[in-house]
Amino acid sequence: MLAEKYAGRIQKVFAKYPDKRSAVMSMLYIAQEEYGWVSPDGVREVADLCNMDPTQVRSIAGFYTMYSEQPKGKYWLQVCNDLACALKGADEFHHDLKAHLGVEEGGTTADGLFTVEHVMCLGACDRAPMLQCNFHFHENLDMDKVKALITQWRAESGA
Amino acid sequence: MADKNYPIVIYREKEIPDIWKYDVYVANGGYGAFQKALGMTPKAVIDEVKASNLRGRGGAGFPTGVKWSFIPQTEPVKYVVVNADESETGTFKDRQIMENNPHQLIEGALICAWAIQAKAVYIYLRGEYMDVSNALDERINEAYAAGWIGKDIQGSGWSCDVYTHLGAGAYICGEESALLESLEGKLGQPRVRPPFPAQKGGGLYGEPTVVNNVETLANVPFIINNGAAEYKKIGTEQSSGTKIFCLSGHVNNPGNYELPFGVTFRELIYDLGGGIPGGKALKGILPSGGSGPIIRVNDEVLDAPLTYEDMQKFGTILGSASVIVMDETVDMTWVASKITKFFKHESCGKCTPCREGTYWLDKVCDRILRGEGQASDVELIANVARNMQGVTLCALGDFAANPIIHTIKNFPEDFNQHFGAGAATRVLRGDAVPAAGD
Repeated sequence: MLAEKYAGRIQKVFAKYPDKRSAVMSMLYIAQEEYGWVSPDGVREVADLCNMDPTQVRSIAGFYTMYSEQPKGKYWLQVCNDLACALKGADEFHHDLKAHLGVEEGGTTADGLFTVEHVMCLGACDRAPMLQCNFHFHENLDMDKVKALITQWRAESGA
Repeated sequence: MADKNYPIVIYREKEIPDIWKYDVYVANGGYGAFQKALGMTPKAVIDEVKASNLRGRGGAGFPTGVKWSFIPQTEPVKYVVVNADESETGTFKDRQIMENNPHQLIEGALICAWAIQAKAVYIYLRGEYMDVSNALDERINEAYAAGWIGKDIQGSGWSCDVYTHLGAGAYICGEESALLESLEGKLGQPRVRPPFPAQKGGGLYGEPTVVNNVETLANVPFIINNGAAEYKKIGTEQSSGTKIFCLSGHVNNPGNYELPFGVTFRELIYDLGGGIPGGKALKGILPSGGSGPIIRVNDEVLDAPLTYEDMQKFGTILGSASVIVMDETVDMTWVASKITKFFKHESCGKCTPCREGTYWLDKVCDRILRGEGQASDVELIANVARNMQGVTLCALGDFAANPIIHTIKNFPEDFNQHFGAGAATRVLRGDAVPAAGD
C-alpha cells in the first residue's frame, strides 16, 4: 500500500496544499514509481488518498503524458523529435534507435527492458538529439552514444 | 563579436560560476533586494516595477508591475504562481535559470509575494524538469533556513511559504488558467475569463493570484537593487532590460543568449551563434518557437532590432524569443506539418475548433507530404486554420493556426512543389508521416 510505504513523502506533499486534490499529480508519480505504471490498484489508492473518485484520477492520468496507463519497459526511452530536434536529425535518430532495439513505435523489447516512443519538445533543443530515460535527460546523442548507454542499462539490470 | 560586453541581469553564473550556491549568492549581494523591498511599502515595490517597464518574458509581454497592481489588497488570501512549465517548442531558458541561478528566481518571487502580500508561492515546473525541481527544493530549504521564507520573515510580521509543484507533460499547462486548474488537481484545461487570475474567483483556489514566468521574476531583484531608471538604461525605449534568446535549429552554436533588447538577428545568429552549418543560406526563422508566425529571411529582417515593437513590423512576435533557425534545405511544408503535429498532440480538447482543426490540418499536411495532395489543399488548410483563430478559450487555437497560415503566406512555393507531375515527396523516417493506407 502506498499510504504506508510512502507515508513520509505523502505527508510532505499534502503539507504543501490547502486542498488534498492538488496532491493528485504527485501521488500518481508515487503510484507509477511503485507499480511501474498507473495500474488500476494505483488509481484506487490515489483516489482514496486525495478524496477523489477513481474515475477523476484516471482522467488525470490519461490527460498527462508522463503517466503511463500501460506497463512499460524497465527503461522508458522517450525521444524528442519535435521541430528543433528534428532539424538536428532527431527523426533519423529515433528511427535508428527503434531499429537497433527491434521495436516499433511505443513497443517494448522482448526482454521487457526497453520501451521506445517519441515525445513533444522537452526543452533541450540546443542539445539535440536527446531522449529522456525514466525522466532523466540524456543529451547531445548519436547512435554510438546511445548504444553505449543501452549496454550500460543492460548491465545495470543484470540482463 | 563575442568580445562585446553585453549587460547581464539573469545569467550571472557567467561572471560568478557558483552563484547557485546559497553562500555565494549571498556573498554577491543575494537577498539584499528582498531585504530592501521589505523596508518599502508593497505599493512602492509595485510602482518601482511598473516604472522599470518590465514586461512578461513568457511570451505575452504584459507589463509586470501593472499585473501586480491588479491584485485587490483587501482580499486576505493571495498567491504567487511561478510559471516554470516551459513547454514551447524551442524554449529552454528557464531551466538554465533554475539550474544555475535559482536563488535569484526565489528572491524575485519573494519580492512579488511581498508586493501583493501573498500567503504562498507555488513554482509550477514541467514534469520533465523533475531533476531541476528536486534541486530547487534544496535551494528553497536553504532560504527557509536563512529566514527568507516562512513565518514572520525578517521580523516583518508577514509570513509566506514557497513550494514546487511538478506538472506531468502537457504544453497547455503553460497557459496560466490551465496551469491553475492543473495545480488544483484538475485537468489542465483553460478557464473561461473573466474572472481573471488577479481577481477574486479567478486565481488559485479562487483567490487573487499573480502568475509570472521564471525569467520575468528573475529580473526583479536587479530592479529593486538598482532602481527602475538603471534597468531602463538596458534595451530600448519600449523594450527595457535584457531578454534571453533560445537559439536552436540550423546554427553552429545553439544555446541561450542573454542580450539587451535591440540587438539584431544578425548578431544573434552569425556573431554569437556562429552562423549556419556548412555555410548554407538562412531561409526561415521562427522567432517565438512553434507558436509565433514564421518569417522569411532577408537583409531587412536580419538587421531589425529584436524588440517587441519591431517584430510586429514583420508580422510576427518576439514572444518567448525561442529562435528556431532553418537553412535553405528545409521544406516549409514539412515545418508546418511538424508544428501542426505538436499542436494536435497538445490541444487539450476543450474547444472544438482547436481539437478538430489540428486533427484535420495534420491529416491534410500528411497527404501533401506524401505527394497525394492537390493544389486546392493549400486553400483548404488555410481556410481551416483561419477558422481556428479568435474562437477558442485560450491562445492555443491561434498558435496552432499560425504555422499553416504563415508558411503558406511566406513560402507558397514550398507547398506548390508537392503537386502535379514530378511532385516532391518528402519521405520521412521515424513516425512523422504515416505511409499511405495507414
